[in-house]
Amino acid sequence: MPEKKIRVLIAKPGLDGHDRGAKVIARALRDAGMEVIYTGLRQTPEMIASAAVQEDVDVIGLSILSGAHNTLCPRLIELLRARGIEDVTVLIGGIIPEADIAGLKQAGIAEVFLPGTSTQTIVDFIRQRVAAARQGV
Amino acid sequence: MSETKDRKAPFFESSPKASPAEREWQEKTLQPALEKSPERLPSFTTVSGYPIRRLYTQGNLADWDAGRDLGRPGSPPYTRGIHATMYRGRLWTMRQFAGYGSAEDTNRRFRYLLAQGQTGLSVAFDLPTLMGYDSDHPLSDGEVGKCGVAISSLADMEALFEQIPLAQVTTSMTINSPAAPIWAMYLAVAEKQGARWEKISGTLQNDILKEYIAQKEYIFPPAPSMRLVTDTIEFAAKRTPKFNPVSISGYHIREAGSTAIQELAFTLRDGIEYIENCLARGMRIDQFAPRLSFFFNAHNDFFEEIAKYRAARRLWCSVMRERFGAGDPRSWALRFHAQTAGCSLTAQQPYNNVVRTTLQALAAVLGGTQSLHTNSLDEAWALPTEAAATIALRTQQILAHESGVTNTADPLGGSYFLETLTNEVEQGARDYIGQIDALGGMVAAIERGFPQREVADAAYRYQTALDRKEKIVVGVNDYSTFEKPIEILQIDESVAHRQTERLRKLREKRSRDEVERRLVALRKAAASEENTMPPLLAAVKAYATLGEICDALRDVFGTYEESAIT
Repeated sequence: MPEKKIRVLIAKPGLDGHDRGAKVIARALRDAGMEVIYTGLRQTPEMIASAAVQEDVDVIGLSILSGAHNTLCPRLIELLRARGIEDVTVLIGGIIPEADIAGLKQAGIAEVFLPGTSTQTIVDFIRQRVAAARQGV
Repeated sequence: MSETKDRKAPFFESSPKASPAEREWQEKTLQPALEKSPERLPSFTTVSGYPIRRLYTQGNLADWDAGRDLGRPGSPPYTRGIHATMYRGRLWTMRQFAGYGSAEDTNRRFRYLLAQGQTGLSVAFDLPTLMGYDSDHPLSDGEVGKCGVAISSLADMEALFEQIPLAQVTTSMTINSPAAPIWAMYLAVAEKQGARWEKISGTLQNDILKEYIAQKEYIFPPAPSMRLVTDTIEFAAKRTPKFNPVSISGYHIREAGSTAIQELAFTLRDGIEYIENCLARGMRIDQFAPRLSFFFNAHNDFFEEIAKYRAARRLWCSVMRERFGAGDPRSWALRFHAQTAGCSLTAQQPYNNVVRTTLQALAAVLGGTQSLHTNSLDEAWALPTEAAATIALRTQQILAHESGVTNTADPLGGSYFLETLTNEVEQGARDYIGQIDALGGMVAAIERGFPQREVADAAYRYQTALDRKEKIVVGVNDYSTFEKPIEILQIDESVAHRQTERLRKLREKRSRDEVERRLVALRKAAASEENTMPPLLAAVKAYATLGEICDALRDVFGTYEESAIT
């Protein structure tokens, strides 16, 4: 039976409109055979959580360059928990100070990808993560 | 697709019609050299993907006429620069983009940078301000003061320019959707300081078209947004003749991933759109065109950038004279600010960024910029620390005083390579402008997603090239090392708390009725054909907040969200 395609939600939380990275990643993941839904700009954590539930995604990729990550991410994770989908893998790409990464991971972010990351690295990470999750690891 | 428009340089030929001397060189010198040792790559392209030939000779310039195409600085077509003496007469303005935290924090940084020798101010606003929200709006949570300074009212603007005499210092403000109210605040501060509006100088970015194309900091739909821009240009022409009401920008389009040719084409076509709107309102071209200013990126490919600036001047001169029939030479001369490319700077080995920024700044100077911002080495991590911002400023000062490149105008003029590339960049831009004209103009093109798609495609091509190591970024996909994190600027939530408190006090102190009256007047003006600047000035002086003003405009104009193209 064919493997169910990996479904990824790419989201731009907060006010920032710089979407080059989000769009490049969305396209790269599609080229890698995943199903990608891009939320568009200026999403609140509530909107992202709703979209994730509605679209039944395996992964949420957040693009954050604004410095608002310490406010937006914990709130999103909280909402995912409240909606019963805390097993969704949540990734961040963008401008995140090194010092904040540990805290974000503790809050439930699976990985933080900084500028310069290759798309292949992200594709591989998602594939491994989702495969493990599907095996119940 | 842009690729079909790029002229592909044939692999072996250096010029379209090889002369006997050229053929002899190819057979006797080149061929043996290639047989002995092939070139390192199958093709050599700029960072934009534009192909570059192995050699440029006068054969590439058969149709080029020095009198017509090169000219002299200070006269049409301005290829060599817009001033006769260029930097011998006056150096470019060293105008470092700065802003973070509260107005007081930014005021301190402004005064520091001025003391260190920068010659103009440039304000970075935070995201809530850019999007027309007060610091205490729910959507501002986590965002206050993080990307720039938080300005929610005239009171904040007054604090921002404390001890800075606007009569003597010029200020550029990077603000777009709420440019009109923010400018109203600036004008009100100037007035309070006793600075005359007819004398003050500065620049308002106020370029909404590039927001729809690239930066996406729009609030209202295109038509009312264009109306606001036209209002400011009209007001400026009458009341602030030394102020540039728009900075028509390619920087952001380039940062979003466009090629150099796209950056040039979309910027100039945006300029054309603004002009058409002003003319439709009944302004005469020479009334406002002299104060249109531009803003370009200074990216990595040294020669492509210099060619781009020179092509920009020559192309704009022709647009102004031929397309619009402008008679005032000040309408013909393209004035621009440049900023080195933020997107080219790396999180890895950040000290390498000082080198990148230096080369990019040099390109801008050799390209004849009027004003320059150099990025800081920590660009990919945070807003600049004071130390990093200082190195960036010193970079400009070293270029200005130690490199010798300011000793003569357009030092690279006449280079076979540069003149050929200038021609090709100009032609590429003309082709795109033609396409956008055919689509019905820039607003129409934006509504069809044309420039957005071109930019997204170019961005993806570039990322693919990096992933395949067809293009190398030192420290990122090659030459990596293990690194320790650098110290960066931290901005915490205390700014937000202080702003919230400040706004609470402001709302207590001011006259609620007066604010209400002025917002009603603003709504009325916005819904009619009145110029919105006078009611905006009245509203800001009554200490209506930015959020209140923008909400009033939202009520009348509605809001806009794009259909995303990935």
